[in-house]
Amino acid sequence: MSRLALVNIAVLGLLIGGALVAHLTGHAFLVTLATKAAIFALAGVGLNFALGYGGLVSFGHAAFFGIGGYVTGILASHAMSGTPLTTLPYTMNGTNEMLAIWPMVLLVSGLAALAIGALSLRTSGVYFIMVTLAFAQMIYWFAIGWPAYGGEDGLSFYVRNTFPGVPTMRPLNYFLICTALLLLALGFTAVVMRARFGLALQAARRNTQRTVAVGIRPFGIRLTAFVISAMITGLAGSLYADLNRFVSPAMLNWHMSGEIMVFIILGGVGRLMGPVAGAVVFVTMEHLLGGITEYWQVLLGLVLLAIVLWAPGGIVGMLSGRGRDNAH
Amino acid sequence: MLIFEQLLNGLQYGMTLFLMAAGLTLVFGVMGLINLAHGSLYMIGAFACAVVAAATGSFWLGVAASLAAAAAAGALMELLVIRRLYRRDHLDQVLATFALILIFSEGTRWLFGSFPLYLTLPPSLSGTVTLPGGLVYPVFRFAVIVLGLAIAGGLFWLMRGTRLGIRIRAGEADREMIGALGVDISKLYTVVFALGAALAGLAGALVGAVQSVQVGMGEPVLILAFVVVVIGGIGSIGGALVSAILVGMTDSLGKALLPGMLAQVMPQAAANTLGASLASMSVYILMAVVLVWRPTGLFGARA
Repeated sequence: MSRLALVNIAVLGLLIGGALVAHLTGHAFLVTLATKAAIFALAGVGLNFALGYGGLVSFGHAAFFGIGGYVTGILASHAMSGTPLTTLPYTMNGTNEMLAIWPMVLLVSGLAALAIGALSLRTSGVYFIMVTLAFAQMIYWFAIGWPAYGGEDGLSFYVRNTFPGVPTMRPLNYFLICTALLLLALGFTAVVMRARFGLALQAARRNTQRTVAVGIRPFGIRLTAFVISAMITGLAGSLYADLNRFVSPAMLNWHMSGEIMVFIILGGVGRLMGPVAGAVVFVTMEHLLGGITEYWQVLLGLVLLAIVLWAPGGIVGMLSGRGRDNAH
Repeated sequence: MLIFEQLLNGLQYGMTLFLMAAGLTLVFGVMGLINLAHGSLYMIGAFACAVVAAATGSFWLGVAASLAAAAAAGALMELLVIRRLYRRDHLDQVLATFALILIFSEGTRWLFGSFPLYLTLPPSLSGTVTLPGGLVYPVFRFAVIVLGLAIAGGLFWLMRGTRLGIRIRAGEADREMIGALGVDISKLYTVVFALGAALAGLAGALVGAVQSVQVGMGEPVLILAFVVVVIGGIGSIGGALVSAILVGMTDSLGKALLPGMLAQVMPQAAANTLGASLASMSVYILMAVVLVWRPTGLFGARA
């Protein structure tokens, strides 16, 4: 077994084992913290799909994270109040079933990504970064100014949505649901990146001209990757909304986009387990350093700066003894 | 008359955006670097102005301090961090400068707390001026417009008519070549970066004087400045000027006119919030339209 595989197993073991130990010793709060890490990891896996493998540096993934959250919050609040979302063209009711909410989340975040991606992918390089950022900001302002669903104050929905046969309010149960989805997304990414589609996507990142020369058009592949990436991040947003039973424009803020990027760079760009390692370290740092000083983000900034300047392979790169060989 | 006043407001807002965007577009055009921490330099300028003005009682010394502090912070930032990033890809640049934002924002919060500081304008700038046509307009806002236009003119002269400008343009075209011709590139880069930083600091001081000085004030402006740079075309000072005015006008006219127009079809309170957010969105819609039409911006030559 290679050192990289060992590191990957250790990262997952740390997350799942940590949550189980915390549950057995009665630290429900730490289980919730691990759930947050798993959800952030899922958001990171989503972004990594486009950014790490496809080289599409999206600085606007908070848009999809927030859309996932808002779709969940809106459906749940309508289910609670018993009012339909819309009666045209046909009556559509709210729901508090996770299994009904998730497909809706995937659909809406996918459609949003299709529109944003089709426009943004006309540009490249630094334009792409700025344009994705600007579109996310546009959705952020829209959420603030849309009074029907809480506007600036956000939207609460008191009870966590339900999953058949599983009492979701118990911390460990919800952790397992989130982790199961994280593992599914990781498995999906691993399979897709070895398939023709994934290989073409990575080829287009490494050398666009050569890819075009062998007869592959990058635009469609990149747009597909962008949409899939947004759907995964949107799902993470849905889970995050359910974790807090609250959504607010903060989920759409550009700091959120930056943080999702931070998970990836902390862990390692273009590594399967990079976002997981990064999210675990981020949440741990937030918890430990946040206990020491209110200004813990100064320390986060310094750590991040050090990693970018001196360890571009991130944690997984450092531990597995390889630099950033899989990235651009 | 109301429309004319809003046009002037848009022009004034556009001028502060131009001061921000000029630095961003120069740094990107010459060094190929995307700098998120430009908003932190804006904040540093505003805080330096507030602190010095409070200590000395002179707004003018405060403005001088904002230029000096932001230029010094910019030069330091370039020497310590930014110059290690020129050869890296954009992702590294985004993350390193995002890290700088965290450090600067939380550091400033630690030093000054979360409460906003306020600036008092000197009497010579706090009155109103009567423009031809009988419009009464605040002197300070009018001064910002004049100053912005003067700085735009100064930058054009710097880029077209001086040795430094020739070197900057040569550096944009081919950085190896001007190095081979004996120009000290790293010194040139530090100068360009400090120049952009000083303009951002000045913008911070000017906006801080009409609004308030607080942590995080640079972020909304930074993102709008990005929009300005994208619309104008990266690396183009003229493009930045045109698009800054366009964005400033869109934002001001949208905020002034949309709530009134929406109030025709819905209650006033709802029209106000919806109008304000549609006005904020209108700038991004403008950007989307420009990108569909010209993916490299109005004046951009290359991607």
